Amino acid sequence: MLGQTPSQTIGPFFSHALTAPSRDYRPPLGWVLAEDPVPGALIRVRGKLLDGTGKPVSDGMVELWQAGSEGEFRCDGKFRGYGRCGTDGSGLFRFQTVKPGSTGPGLAPHLHLAVFARGMLNHAFTRAYFSDEPAANAGDPVLSSVAADRRPTLIARRRGGEATYDFDIVLQGDGETVFFDA
Amino acid sequence: MTRKSALNPRDWDSHPRQLHAAYGSTLHRAQALPPLPLPADGGEIAGPSFRAPDVREADADLTRNGASAGAAIGERIVVSGRVLDERGRALRGALVEIWQANAAGRYAHERDQHDAPLDPNFLGAGHALTDASGRYRFTTIRPGAYPWRNHPNAWRPAHIHFSVIADAFAQRLVTQMYFPGDPLLPLDPIFNATENRAARKRLVARFSQSLTEPEWALGYSFDIVLRGPLSTPWES
Repeated sequence: MLGQTPSQTIGPFFSHALTAPSRDYRPPLGWVLAEDPVPGALIRVRGKLLDGTGKPVSDGMVELWQAGSEGEFRCDGKFRGYGRCGTDGSGLFRFQTVKPGSTGPGLAPHLHLAVFARGMLNHAFTRAYFSDEPAANAGDPVLSSVAADRRPTLIARRRGGEATYDFDIVLQGDGETVFFDA
Repeated sequence: MTRKSALNPRDWDSHPRQLHAAYGSTLHRAQALPPLPLPADGGEIAGPSFRAPDVREADADLTRNGASAGAAIGERIVVSGRVLDERGRALRGALVEIWQANAAGRYAHERDQHDAPLDPNFLGAGHALTDASGRYRFTTIRPGAYPWRNHPNAWRPAHIHFSVIADAFAQRLVTQMYFPGDPLLPLDPIFNATENRAARKRLVARFSQSLTEPEWALGYSFDIVLRGPLSTPWES
């Protein structure tokens, strides 16, 4: 067996390469995973990345990997399945995508997320489930495995009538998001 | 999606701990609670596939892809290696992205205020897909060392940042490649956040005469090893 290459921090100076067009350079991934028309419901997911003192992390990056509306994992012209977004000065990130379908019996729809930032020597994996799927969430084995008081950190909350979900990520301390050893 | 099989866990003897006091930025950003386990068959073991329209061949040459009116300044180098899993199997079609400071030790990034010149012909960002043998290859400029404010008179050793997306989301890796013989390596809290010396050595590229191009550029070899399929006790 070969040894795994150690992780290192993404550092503070990556946005010109990974998340924002710069001169003629276009990073191969962005925050739009799907555009109309696409099978399924187009949604927006947005949130704030916060550190252990409650301050926004303005030099972070969130990546999203997810199934399509039928629960299938795919990457094609209409739906990429994979995206990333750098955080702005307020720690905000956002995605435009489709609401994923269930990927198996008893599994609630969810997004797979990875969080990167200066000061994080390893990225951290988490998941976002949807507040408008209470029945599916109640039966999901991963959500059920998490202590009830921490479970809300894994729920993206739908805003009133909009197809927009809020999902803040807290790296440390009070309200620390549940991260997984994926 | 190209594969869906359970993966060996992240090797926490190779990866750094999240909290590393010598690297000040970890203090408020390291998780206080341990990560929770996930079932081995979750969507994390699936991953995207990238196709040609996403990737321009020109973006594997950083001496040209950011050039406005001339050649990038500095020592031209070739950096190449293979993306493998722990069993030594080539990972084909992996997206490898790199970014780095210029020869003077400055990033083309608005927040980098180091008093060193920017190079209008060097952006310091590129990407490539691995071929059937898992190989990537970049032409770039050897980056300079630069100061940072982690501790008095702190300097980062010359390094190139790497991001790798392979078959499975759970294989995701962001790391840094260093240069052999750099006197700053023993002093660098980020490099040394990996406590295991053998694992740390995997972050240092090797000079390679076979990658060196006559009359053109020195070559450096840097292989990247990602988590592989779950090994079972009865397999050798």
